[in-house]
Amino acid sequence: MKLLTHNMLSCHIKGVKNGYPFKIDPVKIEEMDADYDPDFLRHIYPRLEWPALREAAQVMGEPNLPEEVTESMLQNDEEFLRHFHHALLELILEEGALVCPETGRRFPVHKGVPNLLLHEDEV
Amino acid sequence: MKPAAVADVRLTTYNKRVYEPSDDSFALVDALLTHDWHIKRPRLCVEVGCGSGYVICSAARLLEQHGIRAHCIASDISSAALQATQETLVAHSVACVDLVQGDLLSPFLPGFEHKVDLLIFNPPYVPTPDEELSRTDIARAWAGGNRGRVIIDRFLPQVKDILSPEGFLYMVTVMDNNPAEILQLLAEDGIEGKVVLERAADEEALRILCCWRI
Repeated sequence: MKLLTHNMLSCHIKGVKNGYPFKIDPVKIEEMDADYDPDFLRHIYPRLEWPALREAAQVMGEPNLPEEVTESMLQNDEEFLRHFHHALLELILEEGALVCPETGRRFPVHKGVPNLLLHEDEV
Repeated sequence: MKPAAVADVRLTTYNKRVYEPSDDSFALVDALLTHDWHIKRPRLCVEVGCGSGYVICSAARLLEQHGIRAHCIASDISSAALQATQETLVAHSVACVDLVQGDLLSPFLPGFEHKVDLLIFNPPYVPTPDEELSRTDIARAWAGGNRGRVIIDRFLPQVKDILSPEGFLYMVTVMDNNPAEILQLLAEDGIEGKVVLERAADEEALRILCCWRI
């Protein structure tokens, strides 16, 4: 699972109000080369929660995302865009867990796939 | 122009626990082939109930052929299906698809609210006794309960929440499901749509729907 997916998932246990973002408990992280496409980054940026991506990237080993992103950085700051690209698309959570920030419920990630199925008493 | 290359059935994984690509899957992919990808370039795509992975793999290849960089997510309730999809994606060297195990759209809300540009759903649409719905074997891939609508009707109310302003839904139905009524239900949520492909298959009258936000 890439951090782009993580950035949009939230805990959907019934009654949970602050289920976003999942904390990441990584056991195995893989890196994968993805084609660098700044145009895609500019288009996807408005749909992202930046603080969640920044925090997740730190846990996953990309500590170079800035606190604030400006329009000019998105347009022509090559160094920033490379770090953004790497965090968003090249770091793969292969084994570990996503942890609900409110309840601590752990959703296991195995072979890169998070299991977000709920138990009967959570629906 | 050479014909677009979609996924290859010979490179698609299926088994006794995972639904084999069939007429409904092919009709859905044929409908995707008719989509005008350049009106609105999808950036975020979700397939619910990916099964063998044939459809999401085809969608990913179509996007690539149109020069569109997008992020795709495929989900299924079945771990066997997700494993099959993973194998199908690897066999086609498709890397832009993440997998999530979950029940219909529930993992994606509210996180993906109004963010999905292309939503794809080949539901369990076959009319069956409602008891069939509690099975956990491959029947889950097709058993649709009364009129084949039980799973579809759980899915429909969430479409308005997940589609982006430019978003499209492509979905398989058969005449038994009453596609006109499905379109009416979506229209009440501000989602317009139409039948984009009709096909007669073995004992099934397939109707592929394409829907979008008004």
